[in-house]
Amino acid sequence: MWLMSKIKQVLLVLKPGVVTLKYPFEPRPAPKDFRGAPAWDHTKCVGCGGCADHCPARTIMVRDICQDIRVLLYDGSRCMYCGRCADVCPEDAIAMTEQFELATNDREDITQNLELFMLTCRRCGRCYDMEITNLIDRLDLKGFRYDSLQARTVLRRTSEQFEPRILRDTESFKRPQKLGE
Amino acid sequence: MLAKLSKKFFPKSLWVYHCNSGACNGCDIEILNVLTPYYDVERFGIRLVGSPRHADVMLLSGSVTRPTLPLVRRAHAAIPAPKIVFGIGSCAVGGGCWFDTYNVTGGGAQAVPVDFYVPGCPPRPEAIIYGVALALGLVDKKAAPVELKQVEFPIDAYERSKAWEDRNVIYQLLKD
Repeated sequence: MWLMSKIKQVLLVLKPGVVTLKYPFEPRPAPKDFRGAPAWDHTKCVGCGGCADHCPARTIMVRDICQDIRVLLYDGSRCMYCGRCADVCPEDAIAMTEQFELATNDREDITQNLELFMLTCRRCGRCYDMEITNLIDRLDLKGFRYDSLQARTVLRRTSEQFEPRILRDTESFKRPQKLGE
Repeated sequence: MLAKLSKKFFPKSLWVYHCNSGACNGCDIEILNVLTPYYDVERFGIRLVGSPRHADVMLLSGSVTRPTLPLVRRAHAAIPAPKIVFGIGSCAVGGGCWFDTYNVTGGGAQAVPVDFYVPGCPPRPEAIIYGVALALGLVDKKAAPVELKQVEFPIDAYERSKAWEDRNVIYQLLKD
């Protein structure tokens, strides 16, 4: 009786065979519509900053280092891969790739730096309709922006004209320390 | 260097202690998924153990919240000396979307030294296996920082727009 049950078990196991995937030694592509790391297309991007406004984890930071050059930094370490940036981009400059093998020993490896050449719009400045109905929030984050790329912080500081003074002040921004750290 | 060290110190197997520091259980389910027959990680000698004192590796999931911070530090201190910490998921890597909330310390790196980061929300089981294989030196690192630049000559375009402005009379009229 005992032997019979063991033979039954062996037969049961033989039926499906080996199911273990040989993953790291042979590639295993992601399923369809999988959202992996976002990829910027620098030829299409117009630098409206809509992705930065919509990112729930605030992974995208915008800093205007002079009148004509805007730097966008994507810090992938806290990205949730929600695809909101690709959704909201008016020029389809962001695409979600199928890249998921992002494990590193250095957090700097999953950052993307995009340097844009900008011209100031004479009619409206650097504007982007943010789909935000809150009027106070609508007033924010228009024009030239000064997020801290070193501290990886979104600073709610904008100016209509480019001001080197704010750029200088925000350069050495330090995130306030919290209790228990 | 860490790959060499791990080859030297863990020649046969890594015993893994899973530490949840306030995760939403998404990453925890993926970690358990890694142990199932489909992604059988006992191929690499990886076993899940219940106590940090038996473990070589700490799988940290969740952005370390303020109540769990001392507990995470104690669990990390209880692991015997050559130890590796894996940050699993966006929360443990960089704090997730709670990175600057008042009750969150902002990622596993703020609490304990994290050696390997596995981003993803949650990471696929393959991504976790890839991270472990990277630590063991079985695969090459694929992620690299990306720098993109729009190729245009700024000063030239600036001067062109200035010249266009000077030619156009309407701007002169607007000034008056």
